[in-house]
Amino acid sequence: MMKVLEGIAASSGIAIAKAYRLENPDLTVEKKAISNVAEEVARFEAAIAKAKEELETIRARALEELGEDKAAIFSAHLLVLSDPELLNPVKEKIETESVNAEYALRETASMFITMFESMDNEYMKERAADIRDVTTRVLAHLLGVSVSNPSMISEEVIIIAEDLTPSDTAQLNRKYVKGFTTDIGGRTSHSAIMARSMEIPAVVGTKSVTAEIQNGDIVIVDGLHGKVIVNPSVEVVAEYEKKRAHFAAQKAEWAKLVNERTITKDGHHVELAANIGTPDDVKGVLENGAEGIGLYRTEFLYMGRDQLPTEEEQFEAYKTVLERMDGKPVVVRTLDIGGDKELPYLDLPKEMNPFLGFRAIRLCLEMQDMFRTQLRALLRASVYGNLKIMFPMIATLDEFRQAKAILLEEKAKLQAEGVQVSDNIEVGMMVEIPAAAILADQFAKEVDFFSIGTNDLIQYTMAADRMNERISYLYQPYNPAILRLISSVIDAAHKEGKWAGMCGEMAGDAIAIPILLGLGLDEFSMSATSILRARSQMKKLSKEEAARFKETILSMRTAEEVVAFVKETFHIE
Amino acid sequence: MAEKIFKVTSESGIHARPATMLVQAASKFDSDINLEYNGKTVNLKSIMGVMSLGIPQGAEIKIVAEGSDAAEAIAFLTETLAKEGLAQ
Repeated sequence: MMKVLEGIAASSGIAIAKAYRLENPDLTVEKKAISNVAEEVARFEAAIAKAKEELETIRARALEELGEDKAAIFSAHLLVLSDPELLNPVKEKIETESVNAEYALRETASMFITMFESMDNEYMKERAADIRDVTTRVLAHLLGVSVSNPSMISEEVIIIAEDLTPSDTAQLNRKYVKGFTTDIGGRTSHSAIMARSMEIPAVVGTKSVTAEIQNGDIVIVDGLHGKVIVNPSVEVVAEYEKKRAHFAAQKAEWAKLVNERTITKDGHHVELAANIGTPDDVKGVLENGAEGIGLYRTEFLYMGRDQLPTEEEQFEAYKTVLERMDGKPVVVRTLDIGGDKELPYLDLPKEMNPFLGFRAIRLCLEMQDMFRTQLRALLRASVYGNLKIMFPMIATLDEFRQAKAILLEEKAKLQAEGVQVSDNIEVGMMVEIPAAAILADQFAKEVDFFSIGTNDLIQYTMAADRMNERISYLYQPYNPAILRLISSVIDAAHKEGKWAGMCGEMAGDAIAIPILLGLGLDEFSMSATSILRARSQMKKLSKEEAARFKETILSMRTAEEVVAFVKETFHIE
Repeated sequence: MAEKIFKVTSESGIHARPATMLVQAASKFDSDINLEYNGKTVNLKSIMGVMSLGIPQGAEIKIVAEGSDAAEAIAFLTETLAKEGLAQ
């Protein structure tokens, strides 16, 4: 019987192979009274030594196969096995309570595991898995059972496990392990991160793979859609083999485009940029060959903490991003908080309509100290790269003028203090409120650029809360009303010799790309992982040909009509 | 006894890799070495202790060494923190 299980797509690609269950040995620990305390401590030390030896081997293997970054995890594991805060309490427990080493270790380790698990931070929670992994190895030696040893696998398999420990993952031999799937875990768990760096398709968090899959079952792991198919029919296998070949061919084709500029078939350049939230995201931006950063969401600097970030902290973050981008444009959006994004420490009153309320630039113009701190940090960082600043949620020209005036005041102050500030910072705005889109011709005279924020522009134009599932049908990027607004914003920018970009899901959408190219959009900013796909698509499109369909598309009546026409005309599946 | 205050400059704070380096460096010395942050004190030779602090970028930390090689320990840790771009 064929079964389909759903999980989280953790590492893309498709794998088809026989199931191999990676089972944890029985590590049941009983509390026993012991008579020879010294002997028990020695037994514990011997188990630690053996575990260290094994970890050294795994670390060496990880270093060879996965690189220094991933091997560092095992350096940390080795340190846990030397940690006086772990070893001393275990020995003390054995000595003072005359209990067996297994029990003393489990009790001590579980205290640490509970401590890390209860922390209010995803990263720290994941550390509990590290400690569990390390202590399991020691426990197994004490109990005389063998820990699972995936490095022994010698045929093509898909690993089925409750969860994969980092040491399990590092031992996976890429030659034989085609994919894996687990009951628990998320996109940021070790196993998911490792899978992506090893480029092994993986689906995690299925809740039930270990219950549903037996050794030897044929399994398809669809790491693109987060699906696991157990004992598929011949037809389904054939279908997925085709998908697998298609994905591999596409990936190879895309990979060639990393260092290319984005040029259409008829020789026009468009800029493909990436959206980021933190300096750490720059790595992915560069790996995917983005030509710039089209949206740096600075909110993350303010979130998950209990006070405002200092000017210095912000300066460091902006400087890091600008330096790493090495002269490529970086568009920073000033703080966009409020709405669904709250900062508890600002203690703002609850609102009936937060999306229509006190947020983004409205809040910044009111809480000017906070706004000025951010602007100063940005201005100071400006000399480290190609900085552009944009203000979110601008509805009126006056708001833009006020925000820009504050920016210029801070710039003058810094210069008076003798601080270097770049003289080539473009100052633009997000176009996400219909009023601004409609009056774009007037705004265009005063801004250096527009960046169209489609997620909000669509929700405000359609008067449809995008969090409300019952009206999700109204989220219509291809509705001619939206397309006309976008088109007039682009035209208004060009009329004044300015550029227009877009940051929002739509910019990377395969159906939207030919439309937007035809409307004359200059910059497309999307998630980094979409860049190469979009570049590949862009290379096959002719801008002049796309522009010929502009009037036809803008005069259509419904979103469905637009989609059908674009799919047909540009051969999109 | 020797002690010194640092400001964490590493982007990701003192997490995984920086923590590993710091503990490895501290473990070379005989002195008792403690790390203080946010009112909490942990043994700098304990990876789990250091990780449990969750030290972010921009944090102010204090390292206190007590023992025969306390001064050398502080000097070496200062050098390690600077060289790895973790804190100054």
